[in-house]
Amino acid sequence: MASNLNLKLKIWRQPSTNAKGTFQDVEATDIPETASFLEMLDIVNQRIIDSGGDPVAFDHDCREGICGTCSMVINGIPHGPRRGTTACQLHMRLFKNGDTIWIEPFRAKAFPVIKDLAVDRSAFDRIMVAGGFISVRTGSAQDANSLPISKEDADSAMDAAECIGCGACVATCKNASAMLFVSAKAGQLNSLPQGQPEKHRRVLGMVKAMDESGFGNCTNQYECEAACPKGISVRWIAKLNRDYALATVHESLLAPANGKGGGAA
Amino acid sequence: MPLEAHIPSGPLSQKWSKHKQDSKLINPANKRKYTVIVVGSGLAGSSAAATLSELGYNVKCFCFQDSPRRAHSIAAQGGINAAKNYQHDGDSTYRLFYDTIKGGDFRAREANVYRLAEVSANIIDQCVAQGVPLAREYGGLLANRSFGGAQVSRTFYARGQTGQQLLLGAYSALNKEIARGGVKMFPRTEMLDLVLVDGQAKGIIVRDLVTGKISSHAGDTVLLCTGGYGNVFYLSTNAKGCNTTAIWRAHRKGALFANPCYTQIHPTCIPVSGDYQSKLTLMSESLRNDGRVWVPKKKEDCGKPPAQIPEDARDYYLERKYPSYGNLAPRDISSRSAKEACDEGRGVGPGGLGVYLDFADAILRYGHDQAADKNLSEAELRKLGKAVVAEKYGNLFDMYECITGENGYEQPMRIYPAVHYTMGGLWVDYNLMSNVPGLHVLGEANFSDHGANRLGASALMQGLADGYFVIPTTIANYLATQKPGSIKADHPAFKQAEAEVNARTKRFIDIKGKRTVDSYHRELGLLMWNECGMARSRDGLQKAIDRLPALREDFWNNVRVPGSGADFNQELEKAGRVADFLEFGELMCRDALQREESCGGHFRVEHQYTKEDEAAKRGQAGEALRDDTNFSYVAAWEFTGDVSNPKLHKEPLAYEEVHLAVRSYV
Ligand SMILES: Cc1cc2nc3c(=O)[nH]c(=O)nc-3n(C[C@H](O)[C@H](O)[C@H](O)COP(=O)(O)OP(=O)(O)OC[C@H]3O[C@@H](n4cnc5c(N)ncnc54)[C@H](O)[C@@H]3O)c2cc1C
Ligand code: SF4
Ligand code: FES
Repeated sequence: MASNLNLKLKIWRQPSTNAKGTFQDVEATDIPETASFLEMLDIVNQRIIDSGGDPVAFDHDCREGICGTCSMVINGIPHGPRRGTTACQLHMRLFKNGDTIWIEPFRAKAFPVIKDLAVDRSAFDRIMVAGGFISVRTGSAQDANSLPISKEDADSAMDAAECIGCGACVATCKNASAMLFVSAKAGQLNSLPQGQPEKHRRVLGMVKAMDESGFGNCTNQYECEAACPKGISVRWIAKLNRDYALATVHESLLAPANGKGGGAA
Repeated sequence: MPLEAHIPSGPLSQKWSKHKQDSKLINPANKRKYTVIVVGSGLAGSSAAATLSELGYNVKCFCFQDSPRRAHSIAAQGGINAAKNYQHDGDSTYRLFYDTIKGGDFRAREANVYRLAEVSANIIDQCVAQGVPLAREYGGLLANRSFGGAQVSRTFYARGQTGQQLLLGAYSALNKEIARGGVKMFPRTEMLDLVLVDGQAKGIIVRDLVTGKISSHAGDTVLLCTGGYGNVFYLSTNAKGCNTTAIWRAHRKGALFANPCYTQIHPTCIPVSGDYQSKLTLMSESLRNDGRVWVPKKKEDCGKPPAQIPEDARDYYLERKYPSYGNLAPRDISSRSAKEACDEGRGVGPGGLGVYLDFADAILRYGHDQAADKNLSEAELRKLGKAVVAEKYGNLFDMYECITGENGYEQPMRIYPAVHYTMGGLWVDYNLMSNVPGLHVLGEANFSDHGANRLGASALMQGLADGYFVIPTTIANYLATQKPGSIKADHPAFKQAEAEVNARTKRFIDIKGKRTVDSYHRELGLLMWNECGMARSRDGLQKAIDRLPALREDFWNNVRVPGSGADFNQELEKAGRVADFLEFGELMCRDALQREESCGGHFRVEHQYTKEDEAAKRGQAGEALRDDTNFSYVAAWEFTGDVSNPKLHKEPLAYEEVHLAVRSYV
């Protein structure tokens, strides 16, 4: 039968972006092991409010591992110890009575803390605005089956498309690189025939936006794949590197005709 | 107040074409002078914002999540319907239309539903062109699966995450327009009020959820694409942030709220495990394609491990009661059957609130298919079959295991119905405009297409139909009557609305009471689930109606909202949403009380077929008994200034094409 746990939490508290943060000790007693990790935090927060305190801020929404909103580092690992799951899918039965649990925000220069465990990941949106799309106007599409796409290619694009944009790859990387995310996003579209016309533009635009957002360089540490709740493979990074090299060559060949004022940007 | 739906004249199949011809146009140079405010970035909001920007309008889009990509549409699993007839199994626009009207228990508008079926095929074309990786067959063509309430295979899907993939497609279209400068996006920004100028919707008041700053945005029209209100029940399959605030605030400003009592309970969710439960997790009903639903025939067997209950002691109740649809009976019917079995004491798992969803047969069947005629042991067949099941539903099995700690391949899953979708919403006409001129409502937030029950895989279809294909045409019918940019955010109406929003925020903070916001939300949710959930009775509804004013009063005197209004304050966000749910809940109960019939998701225990009806072949005992003579109307409620005294308006539903029939799935 399910039992209850008594835990010691060390939770990062930081009132605002520029304020100094510290770990706060919180006793989490009598936590049902069938509860989810976020439900454990709910219980803790209700008790904090009842005793006149300020509850722990943390981002979450779907609580089923798909929206990518929840974002916390649990015992040093983004999304916690269970591989292939988000923090919201973690269940307390994974912990033992008496455990100490460290809970921190995702840390990266490009993800400033908003409050406590909530961080600002708008840099990901900026990267997507810089090229993460296929320019097709509504209403201009041809019949969906007029362009057969092999199941292998479609499945491969789908593998990349599973990325939920959570940022755990960045949080786990010692360089705070966003390469896994960017490579999955560019890779999905670049693997499909529909994505070919804008392939070079896409890659150059997204990589530039990534660099400008303060993410670090990828030095092939590959911790990202292990932290990714959707199991996005680092082979997408290899593909992005190839696509980037090609795009650069392509750009350099086009460059003369494409100088300032050419309007082709 | 006359409710004019503005349905075009002419034959059903010609109405939309005719309407497109008759709709006004705005010349390209003028379009950019119009500002369109889009609240919401789910399928409806993103697709509308992107398409309107493509057309040249100046768009501002708002969402409360940190990124438009995280709108609740992201969570949809199963699929999206479209009348493509790629399977050559007899599908057509008419058939999708008819299934949807029938699925909605003949309580939806014919013309809207036909249009939905008509544009469904374009949606798939659009999404594929955007790079949405829908599932494919080896030949390279798109794959389909079947879904509840249909006998053709017309559902397109992307593994178990169709919603995420479609939303990422719409979000990419949005990004393309943000990059071009046509859309300005405001994430982490919550709309707290609608602003009317001379009775027309001209803007919104928002709160920046990071800084707490309240500000005004003026536009020429406002589109609410803010999703459903299922979280009035506290526990639902919706994301935690889903709320009714935007449409409820608009309702308080004059927009009629239609059919609030029509809510959908989804049959295949993971049962509740304790009182700390914060949400319920749905497992796509596509599981019912292969899973068989059963409970023990005898109460005494309920405590036994399922493997020890022999075949002849099991009641596969859906197959028994609805032989031609079997486990694919529509959602309302499947949910109610599960409740009945549990009410009879035949439920399984903790608290007896669960039924089995069993894949053992499917695993064997697929094993045989794979093995062709090779002579394999049962264990080998199981292994082969398990791989097929894993390919189709692997992520759902993983999710189930992650939450319950149980392996669905080895033992049947336990499921129970949970609140999932809300068919009701703001009343809109054929142009998707509410009775408040300039206020348009799209997606789950409106009431328009699903009647009293929504068929699976049709909400994604509706959100994208509204945003990509309907509003881009119909919006001009309103805008062409307006001088662009005539109202600015310095208009006194905005100042006044801002002051009201600020005062409300201050009031929340100043109460400094004893109970948390969540504790009120849970209490409200339980009351709604018990009295206005799967089965509703006159007495129960009256009880809830009597209780709600007192609960509201207690909330406004005793809630505790820590912190201040001037920073990131999640308790304050929740307080505003729960305050609105506490008012809205009463309207829901009043609507359920006035509807003295059962239809779709609205089941009144007083109105069901009896054993005598069954004997006389009028309908199956225990099934919903509709009253077409007296209730074939849309109930559209007006806010009168007093939450407990709303005024009912009726839009009669006229059926030109379909013949109202008892909804039978036998
Ligand atoms: C678990 C689950 C699975 C589902 N599976 C399927 C399926 O397989 N097939 C299917 O057809 N349907 C499915 N549905 C239903 C479907 O997903 C939804 O009905 C649909 O996605 C709603 O889309 P929407 O654009 O109307 O709203 P949403 O996607 O809910 O978007 C609402 C938007 O409004 C914003 N918003 C809300 N209030 C405010 C405010 N006050 N201020 C600012 N912004 C606000 C939010 O930020 C968000 O951007 C499922 C639903 C659930 C819960
Ligand atoms: S690649 Fe993985 S870890 Fe990185 S954002 Fe996507 S889902 Fe999250
Ligand atoms: S809350 Fe949506 S992924 Fe965790």
